[in-house]
Amino acid sequence: MRKVIHKWFWVWDFDKEEKWLNEMAAKGLALVGVGFCRYEFEECVPGEYDIRLQLLEHNHCHAESQNYISFVEETGAEHVGSWIRWVYFRKKTAEGEFQLLSDFDSRIKQLSLIITMIALISLANLMIGISNVSLMIGNSSEVNGVGFLNLAIGVLGSLGTWRLLRKRKALKKEQEIFE
Amino acid sequence: MSNMALTEAVYYILLSLMQPMHGYGIIQNVEALSGGRVRLAAGTLYGAINTLIDKGWITALPEEKASRKKEYVITDTGKEILQRELARLEELLHNGKQILGGECV
Repeated sequence: MRKVIHKWFWVWDFDKEEKWLNEMAAKGLALVGVGFCRYEFEECVPGEYDIRLQLLEHNHCHAESQNYISFVEETGAEHVGSWIRWVYFRKKTAEGEFQLLSDFDSRIKQLSLIITMIALISLANLMIGISNVSLMIGNSSEVNGVGFLNLAIGVLGSLGTWRLLRKRKALKKEQEIFE
Repeated sequence: MSNMALTEAVYYILLSLMQPMHGYGIIQNVEALSGGRVRLAAGTLYGAINTLIDKGWITALPEEKASRKKEYVITDTGKEILQRELARLEELLHNGKQILGGECV
């Protein structure tokens, strides 16, 4: 039996998202499809699957992304869904630990990719928000919530970016000593 | 650049590709070589393979129609890099043994 759950995660909480998906799998609901804030599950033996997600450099339809997806599938994982640049895989826990990234280099690269994306979105929202709100105050025109919404997203995104930057810094520090 | 250390992953990937192998074969081979200690994740291996191809240390073999899995093999440049790394590792080992060797740790 399939079950659809709608849930919102901020982009910088991608590890919380992955953790939640794994908790669902541990409870017997394995991910089989994804969409915007939409997760589709299918019943499984509790703990049967490990779930991993990743941000790609290109849209999931891009040839390079397709190459990557089939490469990962050849290693025994199953591609369960994609959304824009995000891909989701699952692998049977019986086949051993499932990770997509196993060294500092690739983990740092993945964080940088996410940081760049969030920073750009935050900056755009901040700029649009500031110009809209200041126009509104200047004209004392009708109250328009959109400018404030942009500002709020911009501020939240900046905080998210800052958190990820700290995470990356910690990884880079480890990398100075260990491989 | 010439005396920089290779990462463990790159060293074992190059060593594995002394004979042609596809991605999953490399993962299994590296795990076996290291007695289960080094387990390359698919995403990390994919990135490393692309970087090594760009550097010309390994190359992708022409795909056979029978199998859709791509195989890779080391190049002459790659073999030179491995030889150099081996000399570096021998130096590390030699010095370590000489300084710590007498002590029973």
